[in-house]
Amino acid sequence: MNAESAVSLLPLWLIAGYLALLIGLGILSSRFFKGDSADFFVVSRSVGPFLLLMSIFGTTMTGFAMVGSTGKAYTSGIGVYGLMASWSGLIHSAVFFLVGIRLWAAGKRYGYVTQCEYFRERFESPALGYLLFPILVLLVIPYLLVGVISAGKFLQATTAGMFPEAFRLTLPNGNPHPLSGGVPPWLGSLVICLIVLSYVFFGGLRGAVWANTFQTLVFMSAGAVAFWLISTRLGGLREAAQAVAESEIGRPRLAREGLIGHGQFFSYFLVPLSVGMFPHLFQHWLTARSAKSFRLTVIAHPIFIAIVWVPCILIGLWATAHLGPNASPNAVLGRMVSSLVHSPVLTGIVAAGVLAAIMSSLDSQFMCLGTMFTNDVVLRLAGRDRFTDRQKILLARGFILLVVAVTYGLAVYLKDSAQVFDLGVWCFSGFASLFPLVFAAVYWRRVTKAGALASVASAAAVWLVLFRQDILAPAGQGGDGELLVFGLMPVAIIFAVSAVTLVVVSLLTRPPSPETVARFFPEKEARQRVSAEPVPAP
Amino acid sequence: MNGASTFGRRAVWTAFAVLFLLHHDFWNWDDRTLLFGWLPVGLAWHVGFSVAAGVLWAAAVRWAWPEEVERWAESPEQGQPVGS
Repeated sequence: MNAESAVSLLPLWLIAGYLALLIGLGILSSRFFKGDSADFFVVSRSVGPFLLLMSIFGTTMTGFAMVGSTGKAYTSGIGVYGLMASWSGLIHSAVFFLVGIRLWAAGKRYGYVTQCEYFRERFESPALGYLLFPILVLLVIPYLLVGVISAGKFLQATTAGMFPEAFRLTLPNGNPHPLSGGVPPWLGSLVICLIVLSYVFFGGLRGAVWANTFQTLVFMSAGAVAFWLISTRLGGLREAAQAVAESEIGRPRLAREGLIGHGQFFSYFLVPLSVGMFPHLFQHWLTARSAKSFRLTVIAHPIFIAIVWVPCILIGLWATAHLGPNASPNAVLGRMVSSLVHSPVLTGIVAAGVLAAIMSSLDSQFMCLGTMFTNDVVLRLAGRDRFTDRQKILLARGFILLVVAVTYGLAVYLKDSAQVFDLGVWCFSGFASLFPLVFAAVYWRRVTKAGALASVASAAAVWLVLFRQDILAPAGQGGDGELLVFGLMPVAIIFAVSAVTLVVVSLLTRPPSPETVARFFPEKEARQRVSAEPVPAP
Repeated sequence: MNGASTFGRRAVWTAFAVLFLLHHDFWNWDDRTLLFGWLPVGLAWHVGFSVAAGVLWAAAVRWAWPEEVERWAESPEQGQPVGS
């Protein structure tokens, strides 16, 4: 028996079991499908507090929450938690509270299913809908690609050595490749796409909500199990931390000095504002049964982020002492598990957890793109009354199938292009730069159609200029080679341009009609009703 | 039972502003102390920040809940649905 054939297949069986459970959940959710388009797109606006929390949390946490956070803590230290996790805890909930509930209310009252429908009516501008649609789609696709490519590569690394004959890989010098015998990325990505497609295609957004809830439980549990076993094998929490304090590369990472700049640390709060403009999150907000359903999400979201991120940050920190320098950041979690625990069961559980985090975002993104193509393109151009409800669902399923196929094709073509991952990071900045638009839409009566159009166009222009500069810029400008402008994240500049343009152009142009303002501002409407009521006789 | 009052809303948003500023813990920037022998102090601060954020949002739900938005969404005067 050689070394390759000794690799246990147990992790693969655990992953297969997990994926089979997801398919089962998809089949089960489709049995609750009511057969109309409102149920397919927004679960008949019937989702309660627990499912809303789990589906929104699962959607906002990507594979980065487990693999990326561990690797980033290994390279940049504990400051990564403040940079990404604690800012997100405060800002995400603020966006859910201040924006999400109001968009849910408008969606429930006027029957919206997509962002473009809302913005088109709020700003009395079909042009804004046509401008936003391609921008939103182009920002979601790289985000999707990162998920599909990561899933394929992660499955290959997890299954390396399991199929030495079928998937043999050799290095140029003739020696076996470290990933030899692993499921190739084209096959791993295909399996993941088909699994996600199965439960979204049949169950619609209900399938995604149910699957997200299960996936969130899986990746939270997997992180906790990995943390407990790794800390035990390192001799306990104190011993693990002491080894870091005594390590040459580990000690600086116990603080932020020299690793993260003050401007970068502060301006990072703008990045989580992106959740206000994620089209897939917008669709999840619309599923809420009532505004009260948001309460648990708003309160528990920061705590859930801490539960997922703290173990990963500590494992990344401990890796500085255990693995030493020069480990690949994306391989840190896998290497800590394989080198310390030697358990195929844990390897399988952690692998299922990472896939759960990746897939819980993919499903909502596939679903929202299918919804947008159906509602913002076909129904908009052909007319809403042209199709029956059943035909609308068929159209949406067709578009979801098309989106999955195109994404898979692009993922296979671009799987070795590192720029796709850079693009993924820039997507968050793009969505965050559109935040002034949605914030003004729900709070500022004076904001105008021209201001909205100018804001979106200026954000897109500055985004393109800075993105081009980042791609051409030499590495090493920020903590991890990130582009910084005056020591700030690029999103700070794009956001400022977008916000200033929105305000200035709105003040210089004709205000929206009183009917539109009354239609979208509940307080205004309530005051109007009160003033219209007859004054009771003394 | 919620009681959203002007005072409650102001208190919640003042607390939000304070918490927002407390995120930038420059005093921990180069402090490598290990609390309880294992938890870096900068990380401990931000874990505490996350918990405080949860408490802040619980207070917001209790004292600054937008009940008028809820009533508006649920009111019988429905617009013409544009979606499905």
